[in-house]
Amino acid sequence: MSEIIHQPEHHVKLPEGSIEKQTTTLNLGPTHPATHGVFQNILEVDGERIVSADQTVGYIHRAFEKIAERRPLYQITPLTDRLNYCSSPINNMGWHMTCEKLLGVQTPKRVDYLRIIIMELARISDHLICNSIVGVDSGAFSGFLYVMQYRELIYEIYEEICGSRLTTNIGRIGGFERNFTPTAFQKLDRFLAEYPGVLKEFIGLFERNRIFMERTIGGGAISADRALNYGFTGPNLRAAGVDYDVRVTSPYSSYDDFQFDIPVGSTGDNYDRWQVRNEEMWQSLRIIRQAYEKVKAFTGAEAEIYHADVPEYYLPPKKDVYTKMEALIWHFKIVMGEIDMPAGEVYHSVEGGNGELGFYLISDGGRSPYRLHFRRPCFIYYQAYGEITKGSMISDAVITMSSLNLIAGEMDA
Amino acid sequence: MDLSPEYLQSRLTEKFGDAVTAVDTPYGMFTFEVPKEINLKVLQFLYDDPELQFRFLTDLCAVHYPEKKGRELALVYHLHNMRKNVRIRMKIYTDINQPDVYTATALFSSANWQERETYDFYGINFVGHPNLKRILNVEEMDYFPLRKEYPLEDQTRIDKDDEMFGRG
Repeated sequence: MSEIIHQPEHHVKLPEGSIEKQTTTLNLGPTHPATHGVFQNILEVDGERIVSADQTVGYIHRAFEKIAERRPLYQITPLTDRLNYCSSPINNMGWHMTCEKLLGVQTPKRVDYLRIIIMELARISDHLICNSIVGVDSGAFSGFLYVMQYRELIYEIYEEICGSRLTTNIGRIGGFERNFTPTAFQKLDRFLAEYPGVLKEFIGLFERNRIFMERTIGGGAISADRALNYGFTGPNLRAAGVDYDVRVTSPYSSYDDFQFDIPVGSTGDNYDRWQVRNEEMWQSLRIIRQAYEKVKAFTGAEAEIYHADVPEYYLPPKKDVYTKMEALIWHFKIVMGEIDMPAGEVYHSVEGGNGELGFYLISDGGRSPYRLHFRRPCFIYYQAYGEITKGSMISDAVITMSSLNLIAGEMDA
Repeated sequence: MDLSPEYLQSRLTEKFGDAVTAVDTPYGMFTFEVPKEINLKVLQFLYDDPELQFRFLTDLCAVHYPEKKGRELALVYHLHNMRKNVRIRMKIYTDINQPDVYTATALFSSANWQERETYDFYGINFVGHPNLKRILNVEEMDYFPLRKEYPLEDQTRIDKDDEMFGRG
């Protein structure tokens, strides 16, 4: 009997000094609805105020960098899908462009412009999720439901081109797997016609909404200096007032052919981040319109180009593999790994949905990378979360988390 | 002053002499190597110098070269001067049996987790790091999985009974 009575003492092991301490330890996550992904925050709270936050990541680590070391280049594309899965086409294109840089492949202008259309659509869908979730976390659910229709339309456009929606695996080294269908262009037309009104309405719901403003202004603020030191990139850095955008500083995929502005904020708080993303969506629309015009301007044979002429790296369409000798040979060579890539090391980065997404690829001349490292923007800037939520309320820290656009898939690789 | 590879090389050699080796510009990015003992001095110089101002740590990762005896682990820093928009790559090498490297956390807050990640996967011991523990893997893990001695499963192996998974 006496043993049973004594058991509770053995089971409940309180940490040293926990009875005396004045603060409470609270686990936010890993499966809390407000984290929007699996990551944990161990908060030390004094009433409602956060004294310190200790972030734990890695719950969905899938060893992509290790897996990539034995895969041929074209099989690594599906791995990149699963980084920032809110805008996987950007990751896919970034990866293709890294390979093209290493292999010395030049893409035709039409491919560049088609890629830009897809990448900017992906940026819109990424920002749309992030901004509407900020709305949800501050108590306004309707905006989120309303804009989902247009993310759906973007996904339908992806589907027309590559057949999948979320983890797209879109495009190949050298271009796309097929030309854009007329339906894809029709859907794009519909998107361009309807979306500006929707975005305007969405912004109207929040922008001067007193509750929303009071919940977000001043919350999770970071100065430009600290943001740079913490490795912030993308909208989060721009909200702090630094006009750094990879599309402008190191243009890829012919971004230098386009006119667009880089919106910047000043305080780096949740409201500024939200505003910067909205303005970026307008700018993305502007880029898509220009790219669409440029695509339409191609005539004759040029209007049919959707990939570079690099048979040694571009996987030929399946229809050709079954019917044409050349295509069959190249398909065999690529799939059986008979084509080695040149030795070398290359760093390439693209402006992802939430920051500079970089690929550091080292090749020793084999068929798979010797080493592949992903620069994952939100893994790097999530470190600042403890610093920028110190002293804020728990409910504001939740908004800060969503307005940083943290994607667990990208963080944990 | 234009930060051309030649200019960068001359500035680094002027300051650190023969310590700067393996200078190259693969795919347009100025790359160099320094001994691991002076990694912080070089980073600080690149950070402080009014002409250079490499104040953004873009990326930090390690590479394992098992065949390079005595310098098996490479640590690669990608630095960025945002004003002039120049990127450079700095490498240091360390012995795998004594993988001690000074931490860059005092200079770049962003190095904190990136160094933890590097420690987690390659076992580089960052001397002076405020919180050097595993970040993506479980804490009980007793090996460093991205090192080359841990190969992924051979997909052509036939000794395994895969019938339950539809591959029998």
